[in-house]
Amino acid sequence: MTQLILFNVFNGLIVGAFYALMALGLSLILNLSGVINFAHGGFLAIGGYIAFTLMPFIGFWGGLIVAPVLTAILGIVVERFLIRRLYGRDPLYSLLLTFGLAFIFEDGTRFIWGAQSLPFQVPGWLVTPLSTDYFFLTGYRLFMVLVVASAVIGLFVILGYTRLGIRIRAGTLDLETVSVLGVNVRVLRSMNFGLGVYLAGLAGVLAVGQLGLQPTIGSSLIMPSFVAIIVGGLGSLPGTLLGGLLIGVASGLTTVFFPSASEAVIYVMMAVVLLVRPRGLLGEEGRF
Amino acid sequence: MTSVGFNKQSANLLVWLLLLAMPFWLPAIGGYVELGERVVVLGLAAMAVNFLLGYTGVLSFGHAAYFGLGAYGAGMTIRYLVPSTGLGILVGTLVGTLAGAIIGPLIIRLRGVYFAMVTIAFGQVFYFIAFRWNSVTGGDDGLNGWTRMPLNFGITTVDILHDTRAFYYLILAVFAVSVGVMAWLLRSPFGRTLIAIRENERRARFLGIPVDQHIWMSWVISCCFAAAAGALYALLNNFVDPRALYWTQSGDFVIMAVLGGMRSFWGPLIGAAVFVLLQDYLSSQTQNWMSFVGLFFVLVVLFFPRGILGAVRRKVTS
Amino acid sequence: MSLLRVESVSKHFGSLIAVNDVSMTVEHGELRAIIGPNGAGKTTFFNLITGFLTPTYGHITFDGQDITHLLPARRVQLGMARTFQVTEVFPELSVRENLRIPVEVASGLRLRAWLSKADDSRIRDRVSELLDMGGLADKAERQVGELSHGDQRATEIMMALALKPRMLLLDEPTAGMGDQETYEITQLIRRLHKNAKLTIVLIEHDMRVVFHLADRIMVLDQGKFLAEGTPPEIAANKTVQTAYLGQAA
Repeated sequence: MTQLILFNVFNGLIVGAFYALMALGLSLILNLSGVINFAHGGFLAIGGYIAFTLMPFIGFWGGLIVAPVLTAILGIVVERFLIRRLYGRDPLYSLLLTFGLAFIFEDGTRFIWGAQSLPFQVPGWLVTPLSTDYFFLTGYRLFMVLVVASAVIGLFVILGYTRLGIRIRAGTLDLETVSVLGVNVRVLRSMNFGLGVYLAGLAGVLAVGQLGLQPTIGSSLIMPSFVAIIVGGLGSLPGTLLGGLLIGVASGLTTVFFPSASEAVIYVMMAVVLLVRPRGLLGEEGRF
Repeated sequence: MTSVGFNKQSANLLVWLLLLAMPFWLPAIGGYVELGERVVVLGLAAMAVNFLLGYTGVLSFGHAAYFGLGAYGAGMTIRYLVPSTGLGILVGTLVGTLAGAIIGPLIIRLRGVYFAMVTIAFGQVFYFIAFRWNSVTGGDDGLNGWTRMPLNFGITTVDILHDTRAFYYLILAVFAVSVGVMAWLLRSPFGRTLIAIRENERRARFLGIPVDQHIWMSWVISCCFAAAAGALYALLNNFVDPRALYWTQSGDFVIMAVLGGMRSFWGPLIGAAVFVLLQDYLSSQTQNWMSFVGLFFVLVVLFFPRGILGAVRRKVTS
Repeated sequence: MSLLRVESVSKHFGSLIAVNDVSMTVEHGELRAIIGPNGAGKTTFFNLITGFLTPTYGHITFDGQDITHLLPARRVQLGMARTFQVTEVFPELSVRENLRIPVEVASGLRLRAWLSKADDSRIRDRVSELLDMGGLADKAERQVGELSHGDQRATEIMMALALKPRMLLLDEPTAGMGDQETYEITQLIRRLHKNAKLTIVLIEHDMRVVFHLADRIMVLDQGKFLAEGTPPEIAANKTVQTAYLGQAA
């Protein structure tokens, strides 16, 4: 029993780390530009498929580095030519646009790579279990946790110590003042969008290593990411991280006792949080 | 002023005449009655969404939940409780309304994109319930093993299962009542407070309108008619599956409202007509109709943000 | 009994003290102006009275009732109505509809789905009365968003008046207006004060307007109370002169 619980908690933690990685990217874009990027799941899938396509040439490690960057470039192109036109308009429009993009991405990946699920080979030594008692502790799972953790630390370092990051944070608080101070807000938003999509692409490469490739992989991850943002607190990136991990673990634990509710439980958590603390666990007051 | 009033009246008359005569003119131009039924049912759902979006200024991206609950409510009533179409519609509508009323207090303090995000996330709860609770809902395969039942008026019974025209007029009757109530509310003092909130929430608040309370009421009314549309949708298909609750369905309702024109009462119905026809055509032509629907979203947003009626009205006034 | 009593209120934003221990009493029928150099805390003080913000310390009573922590909508029900520095109206609705909404709210009809003939004609009459009073009758069917700044402001003031307030609070009613518009709004406020015997509290930058209208003036500087008195008293007050000149220099 302990083993089962441990297994599911650990599983939940990994799933939660994915949610957090997705949700952090979504949060970045939402906080600075007020756009809910429905296409985020689509970017995730594309990241995975790019890595798959490049694998024969540059291998797994090359894919892990290159695919997220290519995904981010695609994201910047989308931002530049489509989303940018909608800043300052009713948020309804950017919502509908990214919603349409999500359809196109999902269908597009299906068109290019086929609807069937494809295997994604990660290096053999990564998949062997590390211990027979704790069979679920494969190297790949630990590796995923490690990559997600370094990505999150990297993100907070960028936001805390680089010029771009400081500007992003300032812009999130008060975009008008930042633009008056001579920062090019258009470029800032593009870079920020790229950064958010980069995280989606990275999550994509990691996810397909665990789950295999299928066109719908993104759309099944996007809703929990929303929940992570809401639970963690709107406008707070540490909150988003916490929210993602929390709902992952909660969902994992529920799998032990009441498997059929493992998806619904995170929404129940969201309801409780909204009831007790409408701004979310780490959300600031008056941010919405 | 008087000429505008006259135009509005004749437009209303035209819409109702077209709807009433649809089973006769639609087949004549190459359509089929079921297509008209879909337009009216989805149009009602889009108009319900627009009651909130266009007239209260609140963006819900999760109305599929209440639409789907209406559908399951109707289907399960007929399947498990009483084989009565009327009761099915009633129960379905009540279930959706009740769910909306309960979720309401959790979300009415949020605004804008956050409201959209929370509504869509809450919608997923019902999706997963329908998806997982196999024994009752039929899970992913959907709820089948039932059909819409004949309407029993005491002196006579109407077979709405095989007589599609009769079923169309049942749909139209529910539509007429729902749309009538919405139009009537919007012209009342209560409706004006909603429009006031849409126009300027801060001003509304400082006129003494308890904004959250009014948004909750508008939300519940909107959920109620979305649920009614969902109940009709279940009857139309003699079947419900979890996709009726899925979040992409919510997006369809919103795009219908935007496409037709959010600020026009009939806009969402026109949007629904265009959307249904387009989807019907695309899905018969190409495997990749999803891409085209997505592209359609993008094009509407970029080039047609005011919708069909909005664009027409602009042309008339300029 | 005074209509409004503000007792030693303070408002802190983090380490910033925007309003520091300010008291004020406004009598029935009085027109009170609050002035002060930029950053004096006028707007914050005003927002504390109207409920847009709640004070960190202190109490506010309106007609004997403690309103310190009441929501704006409740304050409106008690009889306080306000306008905003940046005009807040319903831009896509006509002037008539803009006035009709507050009239219906004030008549307790906001939740009604239908109106009796009698109610309807009573509301129409009241709206026409307000249109006349505000000099807006000839623009009644125009969209407010298309009107001049002055007419929008007049609409906003009449919307506040439609609530039948016992106290009208105006946040810089002539901000951003030309001379002619300023004159018209000043005349409108004067009419409301004299004819309707309305108690009015206003913040204003334009000293001509203040000295023309106010019964009493309160001066704030850097969040603190500086002086209070009739217009001539304030004009002669040395500390007030220094505060304003000090800023100009």
